[in-house]
Amino acid sequence: MTEPVFSLKDIIVTVGDNVQILKSLNLDIYDGDFITVLGTNGAGKSTLFNTIAGNLAIDSGQLLHHGQNIAHESSVARTNYIARVFQDPKMGTAPRMTVAENLLLAENRGRKRTLRSRGLTKEKLTEYAEITKVMGNNLDTRLNTATGNLSGGQRQALSFLMATRVKPELLLLDEHTAALDPKTSEQLMLATNKQVTQNRLTALMITHNLADALKYGNRLLILNAGNIVLDVRGDDKVALDEAQILKYFIV
Amino acid sequence: MSIIVSSIGQGLLWAVLGVALFLTFRILNFPDMTVEGSFPLGAATAVTMISHGINPYLATLTALIIGSIAGLVTGLLYTKGKIPILLAGILVMTAALSINLRIMGSANISLLNQKSIFSSSILQHLPKNFDSVFVGFIIITIITLSLMFFLQTEIGQAFIATGDNANMAQSIGIKTDRMTIMGLMLSNGLIALGGAVIAQNNGYADINMGIGIIVIALASIIIGEVAFGDLSLNGRLVAVIVGSILYRLVLLAVLSFGFSTNDLNLISAIVLAVAMMLPQLRKALKFDTVIKKGMTIHD
Repeated sequence: MTEPVFSLKDIIVTVGDNVQILKSLNLDIYDGDFITVLGTNGAGKSTLFNTIAGNLAIDSGQLLHHGQNIAHESSVARTNYIARVFQDPKMGTAPRMTVAENLLLAENRGRKRTLRSRGLTKEKLTEYAEITKVMGNNLDTRLNTATGNLSGGQRQALSFLMATRVKPELLLLDEHTAALDPKTSEQLMLATNKQVTQNRLTALMITHNLADALKYGNRLLILNAGNIVLDVRGDDKVALDEAQILKYFIV
Repeated sequence: MSIIVSSIGQGLLWAVLGVALFLTFRILNFPDMTVEGSFPLGAATAVTMISHGINPYLATLTALIIGSIAGLVTGLLYTKGKIPILLAGILVMTAALSINLRIMGSANISLLNQKSIFSSSILQHLPKNFDSVFVGFIIITIITLSLMFFLQTEIGQAFIATGDNANMAQSIGIKTDRMTIMGLMLSNGLIALGGAVIAQNNGYADINMGIGIIVIALASIIIGEVAFGDLSLNGRLVAVIVGSILYRLVLLAVLSFGFSTNDLNLISAIVLAVAMMLPQLRKALKFDTVIKKGMTIHD
């Protein structure tokens, strides 16, 4: 098998009074993996994401990116190759800036920002109208609206577009549809799946929705008490059903 | 007439402070108390240099640099030292008091018989009080146009995003600490420049001239916002300038009721408080409906 893009080796993360949240966790992420991550509250899903993104320090273990240990790189430095969509619609966009301005900002992820004009040209606006139209929630008609005035669904769709504007080597989706109503949530989930598969993005997606976890992605992880208790891919994942998954939750 | 011209001149000169404070108060979204120290710091620097025979333009530019160092210190205390911004600003403001005394060597220095940026020969041909209008207009125009340009650059947009949503800014690779420090340096540099110019206009620098500065700068921002409402970013900068002039005219009106200049700080505070409460008062007293009723014709 080819080299993993990211590799977590014996990762231990503790918080507060020596509470181990991740207990010697091992995980290899390969190019093109679309991994759904399941687990009860407190299983360590968010900690796993914060560790990969660099918001939490590792106590011991290695976090390798193409074989290089990046455990000591800051979270901002890691945004050169990792993009993230948060659960809270308020987290992912600048509320007083317009949709177009937000997209423009995201276009500079991984690039040095200079004193050049930001370059919000007519061509850019046309391009943005096209990419936002794909999300199917009228975002394309609100390019010049401050994002603070958008609906939660529109904001999440925008956050997703911003995270993928520059193709990341790893996309972290942290329950990004959970705060939305069922219909909007499903719509964003479909759009997410389409973009991830079409552009062959490597993604980790936390979800509490078992059906979504089974339906989407080509690999599935279940976390329990700081460790991975199930890791299936391909046909094995297709063969999985909800009843089998629930067994892992009871343990 | 001449007092109105003088008020407009003062409004333009003081507008520098409003525009500078806008960068931290509105864009970075926090109150920066450093300005009460960087304003007299700029004044002390420029006036002391001029009284030692140094070119007034060079002295004014030096004030800008010294002020930005004050901003740098506040920025480092806040971002690296994790001291709350309000306290970080107060610390630097307090420290600046001693530094200003060191620079000046006494509590005040007069510029009597010294050349200043207001001594330029072109200004001598202008009618009385028009010199401050002229100088103020040129300075605020250069500063505002530069800021309008800067805020539309990639770094400028990253700066705005930092104040708007630091979390998101970091997630797309913006070094928010660096942006915050840059904003504080820029803002305090401009405040110190304002201090240098205003001290030269007054003809002296005084150790206490920083007291109440933040209220005056805030007043121009808030009055501009109350008067003009929703605007684009560039429009809002212009609104601050107009707000600064309106504020001077309000002061003029209040002083004409017989208040003395000793009451200025009290009046400034009241003007700011009223301007800030206006949106609430409008709702509570139903101003809009009352005005509408008064404007429509009943038959």
